[in-house]
Amino acid sequence: MIPRPFEYHAPTSLNDAVKLLGDLGAEAKLLAGGHSLLPMMKLRFAEPAHLIDLGRIDALRGIGIDGQVIRIGAMTTENELVWSELLQQHCPLLVEAARLISDPQVRYMGTIGGDISHGDPGNDHPALMICLDATFVLRGPQGERTVKAVDGFFLGTYTTALAPDEILTEIRIPIPAEGSGWCYAKLKRKTGDFATAATAVLLRMKGGQVEDVSIALTNVADTALKARDAEGHLRGKRLDEAAIGEAARLAMAICQPAEDLRGNVEYKTAMAGEMTRRALRTAASRVH
Amino acid sequence: MAKKTVVSFRLNGVETDVMVEPRELLIHALREQCVHTGPHIGCDTSHCGACTVDFNGKSVKSCTVLTVQAEGAEIITIEGMAQGGELHALQEGFMQEHALQCGFCTPGMITRAYRLLKENPSPTDEEVRYWMAGNLCRCTGYQNIVKAVQYAARKLRGEAVETSHPLLEEAGKPSEPVTA
Amino acid sequence: MGLEPNLERLTQLEGIGCARKRREDPRFIQGRGTYVDDVKMPGMCFGAMVRSPYASARIRKIDASRALALPGVIAVITAEELKPFKLHWMPTLAGDVQAVLADGRVSFQNQEVAFVIAENRYIAADGADLVEVEYEELPAVVDPRKALEPDAPVVREDLAGKTDGAHGARRHHNHIFTWEVGDKDKTARAFEQAEVTVTQDMLYPRVHPCPLETCGCVASFDKVKGDLTVYITSQAPHVVRTVVGLLSSVPESKIRIISPDIGGGFGNKVGVYPGYVCAIASSIVLGRPVKWIESRSENLTTTAFARDYWMTGELAATRDGVIKALRVKVVADHGAFDACADPSKWPAGMFHVCTGSYAIPNAFVSVDGVYTNKFPGGVAYRCSFRVTEAVYLIERMIDVLAQKLGMDKAEIRLRNFIRKEQFPYQTPLGLEYDSGNYETALRKVMDAVDYAGLRAEQAARRADPGAEWLMGIGVTTFTEIVGAGPSKMCDILGVGMFDSCEIRVHPDGSAIARMGTITQGQGHQTTYAQIIASEAGIPASVIQVEEGDTATAPYGLGTYGSRSTPVGGAATARCARKIREKARLIAAHLLEVSPDDLEFDLDRFVVKGAPGQAKTMKEIAWAAYNNVPSGLEMGLEAVDYYDPPNFTFPFGAYLCVLDINRYTGETKVRRFYALDDCGTRINPMIIEGQIHGGLTEGFAVAMGQQLPYDEQGNVLGGTLLDYFVPTAVETPVWETDYTVTPSPHHPIGAKGVAESPHVGSIPCFSSAVTDAFAHLGVTHMDMPHNAYRIWRQSHALGLDRR
Repeated sequence: MIPRPFEYHAPTSLNDAVKLLGDLGAEAKLLAGGHSLLPMMKLRFAEPAHLIDLGRIDALRGIGIDGQVIRIGAMTTENELVWSELLQQHCPLLVEAARLISDPQVRYMGTIGGDISHGDPGNDHPALMICLDATFVLRGPQGERTVKAVDGFFLGTYTTALAPDEILTEIRIPIPAEGSGWCYAKLKRKTGDFATAATAVLLRMKGGQVEDVSIALTNVADTALKARDAEGHLRGKRLDEAAIGEAARLAMAICQPAEDLRGNVEYKTAMAGEMTRRALRTAASRVH
Repeated sequence: MAKKTVVSFRLNGVETDVMVEPRELLIHALREQCVHTGPHIGCDTSHCGACTVDFNGKSVKSCTVLTVQAEGAEIITIEGMAQGGELHALQEGFMQEHALQCGFCTPGMITRAYRLLKENPSPTDEEVRYWMAGNLCRCTGYQNIVKAVQYAARKLRGEAVETSHPLLEEAGKPSEPVTA
Repeated sequence: MGLEPNLERLTQLEGIGCARKRREDPRFIQGRGTYVDDVKMPGMCFGAMVRSPYASARIRKIDASRALALPGVIAVITAEELKPFKLHWMPTLAGDVQAVLADGRVSFQNQEVAFVIAENRYIAADGADLVEVEYEELPAVVDPRKALEPDAPVVREDLAGKTDGAHGARRHHNHIFTWEVGDKDKTARAFEQAEVTVTQDMLYPRVHPCPLETCGCVASFDKVKGDLTVYITSQAPHVVRTVVGLLSSVPESKIRIISPDIGGGFGNKVGVYPGYVCAIASSIVLGRPVKWIESRSENLTTTAFARDYWMTGELAATRDGVIKALRVKVVADHGAFDACADPSKWPAGMFHVCTGSYAIPNAFVSVDGVYTNKFPGGVAYRCSFRVTEAVYLIERMIDVLAQKLGMDKAEIRLRNFIRKEQFPYQTPLGLEYDSGNYETALRKVMDAVDYAGLRAEQAARRADPGAEWLMGIGVTTFTEIVGAGPSKMCDILGVGMFDSCEIRVHPDGSAIARMGTITQGQGHQTTYAQIIASEAGIPASVIQVEEGDTATAPYGLGTYGSRSTPVGGAATARCARKIREKARLIAAHLLEVSPDDLEFDLDRFVVKGAPGQAKTMKEIAWAAYNNVPSGLEMGLEAVDYYDPPNFTFPFGAYLCVLDINRYTGETKVRRFYALDDCGTRINPMIIEGQIHGGLTEGFAVAMGQQLPYDEQGNVLGGTLLDYFVPTAVETPVWETDYTVTPSPHHPIGAKGVAESPHVGSIPCFSSAVTDAFAHLGVTHMDMPHNAYRIWRQSHALGLDRR
């Protein structure tokens, strides 16, 4: 459980980091919280020749509001999300979900940007970002561009739309409408485990009917999934058991989980349905 | 082999320099170079928390931190808990509430609980369990660990403390069969 | 006895029954423990193991040249290098042999192939990566039942043609032994004549004790003096010394084995592992200290699993639930080498305690030991040898019978208990239970939890078709067998399973005591002192207890199978009594009375009828070094080697209430009530801690632990990501209770306690989980009861349909 040798770089500005990444090329990896990367390096599954530590770039941290958008620095840690009063007020879904990620020590180090950039379908932020319609700010040698989470940022297991010379710098989340209901329902075997299945829901009701709903699923395919059919089915309907059941069925229909010790395909698919029911019911109870 | 560099940090209040390869894990630098063997290695994969140290005001698993990341850091380990010859309230609580058996997880547990009580001086039992869930113990079943953290919390709040295990409750009683 | 206990002196003594705070704690809470990986020696180098990726393969070639070329690599050893020393194979505790480093072939995944010694652990890891091994993969077998098929792959080519094993004839190339106990014919007749019979297959899956500290050692051979010192994570340091002596032909007098602080054992640290042997051999050759420390994955996949018992139980009974006979058939998966830690004569340990707490007149047990391409072990994970398996079998079978008869699961137990007045009780499988009071224990638990009320609530829940959560109630009333053991029955490598204590009282009245056992968290340094305090009148606070260093401690068989209190504790009590009796002679001399005129009062001898005339132990200790009666040796020391006349039989009654989500399989333990009877209670605080820990490990085993294999013999889930070790969040809150039924043959009536909660709780969880589905005809569900497996049961019954 010892990593292979590598060179370590700790730039203090984003420009320096981008330049280093460009210069070192494919041999380099970015170090954020390190709690996915370093274990993989200790197992010698990952063997970068260079590590670029983003931990000393203050500009990458912090949670703020800019008009109708919440802006979160990529190096903001999970515990900072958990403890953010701003998020508790404007985006409690993210707080609830961050509380379900790994364990306290890992949350002190693990970052939202690292979680997103890693492209692991077991990570929780991808589905949350899809559910919240987040936009990612990516910085490369040619400057900055933005990509929406729902517009194909998550390409597959460990692959994203990030170019090899780009760094995810910021997450922009439109503030959910006042009075929205929310829930992240996650089934896991124990503290520290990835989800067997999880569902993120953001729900807006009007006159007893679903005005809008956003549903995303964790760890039931090679990327997080947006459950579009389920969303479409619910819009304009009363959120009764029949509607919830059909939405769960439609969510299950898009699942393609991989069998592992957490369960087989049938179980994980069924659990995606159960978590969708649970998240919808809980979200409905929180609408005000 | 990559070139070694000097890394400087404060360890339990003492300026400390170590010479490391970039890949050297903080737990190894602390244990091997600084001879602070309180933090232990239990799993290598950041699951067990035996290697927990306080790092710039955060509880971290030092098996998953590179020593080079500690440049300029303020690090507290179990060796730095007692001050001026006085045990920390947590150390006292762990002993009074029988919150340890083999002792292997104990330094990480106490170090984690130290930060927890700084952040939340009056946790509920449920909050203690939730915020201590990054530390595994194979011996105690956690029940007495929760009691110990609460003992320390009370003491740190200036309240009276008492062990839940009085010395003589059963002693002196005859060991005769209890019959219906 | 006339004298009123003096509370002040009792408090100072801190003897038996006191919740004395632990002597071990000050060093652990300050990070000053000394575990094996904390040991550093001048010139110490570090060893790393090269392991096989295949479960079954021939080794064509090992090329260490690239590793040896790496600066800092000192040596690479393989079986070839060990052969001249005859160290490439080693004897196991079960009478088999095990490859130290693979001798031309590997038989399980992660088997030890080469050992790389380097200047530090970083270079050792790099060096291990550079050793190139060419394998020819062979078919593997992982299911012990398939392993006995005629054309099954051969696990052990080295045993070709060997028709006799350590435990009798072998009938197949993967067969190790068949062990039978009980009266086969009489039991068969009881089944033929029975009004009711039930049969149930059950698998006790392969699990691992997973102590938080992995295994490791530091071996240091002094070439000048010819002395070998080994710091080692061992639950049995004296046995290790004997094994090392046998292997190395270094006399035991030149070998010093030290078990320093041990970060939990739970059976994992009983065996002698290839890593230890490689470190020792390397140190002897290099003349430098060599450290070897396992990673967690190595620990979970190579050093000593537990269980892996494929069991079929049968019960014969009358229609009103009186049990007439038990029959059990076991296929025991021992992995690639038979490295079980059992007393030599009993290849299935004390599995024959499987008639449990019940007066069953007839029983027969047959166990087949089998080789598979899985890692060796078969240790007792927080239990006495195979007792967990035995208790699981009988407790599950009682439930199965109750369901068949439509009887309540507590009621059927009350009907079949061995009665208090039947002790000592001879079981049909040859054991003599020393004492018990089962009905009292169970009734106390039923009252405490309002058992009738719980059953009523459950009935209402079952009647509600819309209930999302099913309710299960588990009951177990187990009997443990611990304290191995009488040397006429129990030995390890021919050494009887006695244990020992030596006490030296110093002139100032303080004392040092050393035992052949070794604490791994049980608190021996605290509790042994309490026994001595009560028995010899020396305050526990001035008694230094030391264990684990073979250079100073008397020979003993170590700590596992809850044997410390029953055997080591008995030796300690008897040793302390020897001190007391010598002190009596000295006191009589000082007081100028006959020894018979004195009575012992806590910490002094008092002249009968003259309470003012007394000599304290402190005064007597001083006199022992300057003023003893003529004919008596000076000094105040004693030693005791205790060979127990019988085992002890702790017991308990447990009850679990849990709720199961029929749609997801999630489980919530609502209540767990554990009543234990461990006889005389030495330190109630430590007992409670042991019970909490045992219950938590039982919860882990029942609800989540398993080391599964795929068909190719790849071990799955060998990290703490998958292997279930519950955190404070998952762990239930425990309720504990007790009764006291002292052991009649133990000097202080104590029985041992640490393992009962593990042994007793596991079938209780299975009982509760199965009970949640019992009204639908389910009689048994195999562990682990994780959400996925429970959901499959719910799904099969259609309960998850909306």
